[in-house]
Amino acid sequence: MTWEAVIGIETHIELLTASKMFCGCPADVNAEPNTNVCPVCLGLPGALPVPNERAIEWTVMLGLALDCAIAPRSLFHRKNYFYADMPKNYQISQYDIPLCADGHLDVETDDGVRRVGLTRVHLEEDTGKSTHLGESGRIHGSEASLVDFNRAGVPLMEAVTEPDIRTPEEARAYAAELRAIVLALGVSDAKLEEGSMRFDANVSLRRAGTEAFGTKVEVKNMNSLRSLQRALAHEIDRQGRILDDGGTIDQETRHWDEERGRTEPGRSKEESSDYRYFPEPDLVPVEVRSDVVDRLRAGLPELPAARRGRFVDSGVDAGNARHLASDDLLAGIFESALDAGADARAAANWLTGEVTAWMRREEAEPAALSGEHLAELLALIDDGDVSATAAKTVLEGVLSGEGPPRTVAEARDLLQISDEGALVDAVDEALAASPDERERLAGGDMKLVGFFVGQVMRATGGKADPRRVSELLRERA
Amino acid sequence: MPVDIDIAKVARLARIGLDAEELERYGAQLGDILEHAARVQALDTDDVPPTAHPLPMVNALRSDEIEPSLDREEVLDQAPDRDGPYFKVPAFLEDA
Amino acid sequence: MTDLADLTITEAGRRLRDGDVTAVDLFEAVRRRATMTEAELHAFLTFDADGAAEAAAEADAALARGQDLGPLHGIPVALKDNMVTRGVETTCSSRILAGYRPPYDATVVERLRSAGAVVVGKTNLDEFAMGSSTENSAYGPTRNPWDPGRVPGGSSGGSAASVAAGSSFAALGSDTGGSIRQPASLCGIVGMKPTYGLVSRYGLVAFASSLDQIGPLTRSVDDCVTVFEAIAGHDPSDATSYRGEVPDVRAALDGGLEGLRVGVVTEFSGEGFEPDVEANFRATLGAIERAGATVVDVSLPSAEYALSAYYLIAPAECSANLARFDGVRYGLRLDGSSVEQMMSATRRDGFGPEVTRRVLLGTYALSAGYYDAFYGQAQKVRTLVIRDFEAAYRQVDVLVTPTSPTTAFPLGARTDDPIAMYLSDICTIPSNLSGHPGISVPTGVDRSGLPIGFQILAPALGEPVMFRAAKAVEALAGFDARPALASSEGAA
Repeated sequence: MTWEAVIGIETHIELLTASKMFCGCPADVNAEPNTNVCPVCLGLPGALPVPNERAIEWTVMLGLALDCAIAPRSLFHRKNYFYADMPKNYQISQYDIPLCADGHLDVETDDGVRRVGLTRVHLEEDTGKSTHLGESGRIHGSEASLVDFNRAGVPLMEAVTEPDIRTPEEARAYAAELRAIVLALGVSDAKLEEGSMRFDANVSLRRAGTEAFGTKVEVKNMNSLRSLQRALAHEIDRQGRILDDGGTIDQETRHWDEERGRTEPGRSKEESSDYRYFPEPDLVPVEVRSDVVDRLRAGLPELPAARRGRFVDSGVDAGNARHLASDDLLAGIFESALDAGADARAAANWLTGEVTAWMRREEAEPAALSGEHLAELLALIDDGDVSATAAKTVLEGVLSGEGPPRTVAEARDLLQISDEGALVDAVDEALAASPDERERLAGGDMKLVGFFVGQVMRATGGKADPRRVSELLRERA
Repeated sequence: MPVDIDIAKVARLARIGLDAEELERYGAQLGDILEHAARVQALDTDDVPPTAHPLPMVNALRSDEIEPSLDREEVLDQAPDRDGPYFKVPAFLEDA
Repeated sequence: MTDLADLTITEAGRRLRDGDVTAVDLFEAVRRRATMTEAELHAFLTFDADGAAEAAAEADAALARGQDLGPLHGIPVALKDNMVTRGVETTCSSRILAGYRPPYDATVVERLRSAGAVVVGKTNLDEFAMGSSTENSAYGPTRNPWDPGRVPGGSSGGSAASVAAGSSFAALGSDTGGSIRQPASLCGIVGMKPTYGLVSRYGLVAFASSLDQIGPLTRSVDDCVTVFEAIAGHDPSDATSYRGEVPDVRAALDGGLEGLRVGVVTEFSGEGFEPDVEANFRATLGAIERAGATVVDVSLPSAEYALSAYYLIAPAECSANLARFDGVRYGLRLDGSSVEQMMSATRRDGFGPEVTRRVLLGTYALSAGYYDAFYGQAQKVRTLVIRDFEAAYRQVDVLVTPTSPTTAFPLGARTDDPIAMYLSDICTIPSNLSGHPGISVPTGVDRSGLPIGFQILAPALGEPVMFRAAKAVEALAGFDARPALASSEGAA
């Protein structure tokens, strides 16, 4: 039986506002436990929420970036359920009139561009954090839990897709693209491993070629793009096996276990949730006026897709364009290198290759490298002043803050011998040192060119231009 | 209108641990009150919008500025149980 | 000579500034009165004698320095115990908050303090303000100073009893369905609910957020105006707080009834209304007409549904508002093997029967499959009530009704019949649904000598015309009876 997966993704994104969603406490989840708390975010009796205007504007910005319609009048609702790290035992969220609705995101996959519909982008508040005491350190089998409310009330955007995604690869591509947009907007640090961006996926299977949806399972706890893809692949496989055996899928929530590489059912067979949404009576409606929408739209930065398109147009291949566009610092170096006259393809290759490798190795930002530096390095290579091999060493020096490429090359004695006389001397010395090989070369055995180039390069400490050495050898043989 | 109430489910949703006798008593009382309250259903309200707020107001917002938080000791002093800088609670049975 | 504890704020303020008395004298008078009456009345949950004595001494020192904070300077006032006070126990009469000391002051408390008022303590109420008799208190009922066998009304019964008995000059209450006006009526004092949004709710422990409003209970309309002016005004901490200017209630205060159009709500008479209450109401109407007002009958057709709508909306909101009492961060906690069991046990033991009933009712009314039929429909009825009021206010300046269908009833008379208890609020509830202001003014006593209140309602922000009419009605009624207080000093 061939099954088709139907996937929808809900993404929670913590905003980088200075203060929390409904109070003036710092939105800093890493502070000392329970220090960023006040009557409002602790849910003390009598406290009242007042919404953070910037959080609303940032949510509208994400909505605009996803081509959503912005609601001229939007409401906050209370979502009621008990949970020990949720201070009021209701979450202020949005329900039937979210700030943003009916958008879409075009996602590039190996099979071409896929359009993923966005049902909505809304704004809500985060919960506190619990640490579970006991052997496992996990929720299951713990003896008691410790609660820190610093995260309670931090602004949280939720972006919900239509069930438009069909494969784990598409899901990953969607997640990566959404993350790139959020980073470009500068509204969140979007760190998956730290939970400031969190994905939940709804997955169901149906017979290929049919329309009706199967029973869906919600999969949680994927804290990297890779684990999102793996978890979905596993879940699709799991459901496929059950259906192949004639079984049925339970509607449930399952948690991805990264170590075991499988999804596990939640502990409780919870009663189907009944959140008893109703309009938050402590708040009044939010009207986002059209002039505000216009101002926010005008202030949107270049989005990753547009930037990638521009890079491709300048001659960079698609993979490198994606890589560059996803990193503001690399993209900035790239653009200023082009301004300084560098070749786009070469500049992109160096940035996505050597520079990125250095960043991973050193776990550092390429802060010392400017676009001018990169352009200068490329020119040195083009002009034969440094060899491609030596250029890598020069780049390391530049990245380590030793100065511009020529200065580094000089200081590290990596400039190639451009003096023709010195090069001729070196070739003659090499020929004289190996008379037998010289005879065979003279006899027309051109394989020995390589041998002598190697001898010259060794003698000059790699500073000779091998192409010129080869030419000289052919002339002299 | 007779009102059918799954009072045990309502009590679970409200996180109030009632025993069987209490469930029955409250269930009956709720039935009486709801029968009275259900009179609202007699009104034709097809074209009537709901009112959530008595006064029409919009955009009561605050600018994104930090204000002082509470003193942690004053806060934890009220906690029924604590462990160092944390509130302490019995183990969670259910996942969020 | 009148005991200082029986003065109005206006008189006390005059004598304070004349140098006849000090703020400490005023507080001592109130403290003596509390000592005399509290054992029987139980108006207070916390009487903060030390804090108040200190505040009174500071008020005197400030006046001596020439620093006069206005008409409430040095005046002893009481707070319903659902307004949080930093470091002073705030329980809302609930076991679930026993011993709770909030780390902050409600906005109204800050405003009273900065107006120089001396906060004497926290008054008893129906648990979380749910009730009409102050019998639903985990700490025992409050009794009516006019007849200790009877209830003071509720839920602000402690505040009303205290002001009537002279253990405070004024008190704040909260009014969600009549909880200021009804006890004011039953205790023979003035009680007023402002337009929704005029007084900040920040620090008022919420019962039903879209209906709750804080207001004064006082012994005269003038005093009511004074306290209203001190507490009204925009508060950025309350998103539902009105952002415009507070209406000027002084300018036309003495304008009298001449030329006013007064509407009598026809729905609020007949069955359920005690004959003495109706007779007093008619007599007052006659006096109003003779004083130059035009009195006409007005109908609020949806009023008969208002009570039903209220008993869906208020419990629904309270079911969420009271979810935070879970034993995690403050208040009562019972043991449980899991956090879920701990919460269930804590809430079972922590809430009294009326609160439990309303939380369950509200949970049900919001739950899947019932929302539209109950809560959703109630919110639409609310719109109809507002439309009725708007239509009425196109014809008249103010509406009048008896405040309560009955005078004070005996303790225990309605505790087993929730619906009979709910009917106590039939005349007050519509203006909570509409958010409009209302005031109760004492206009007489029934054959048993129990006070009767007369309610005046006005459109949104209509406080100026409402107070003007109230002051004139107060003068017409000439109600100056005081409860004959039995001394319980020996017992105290």
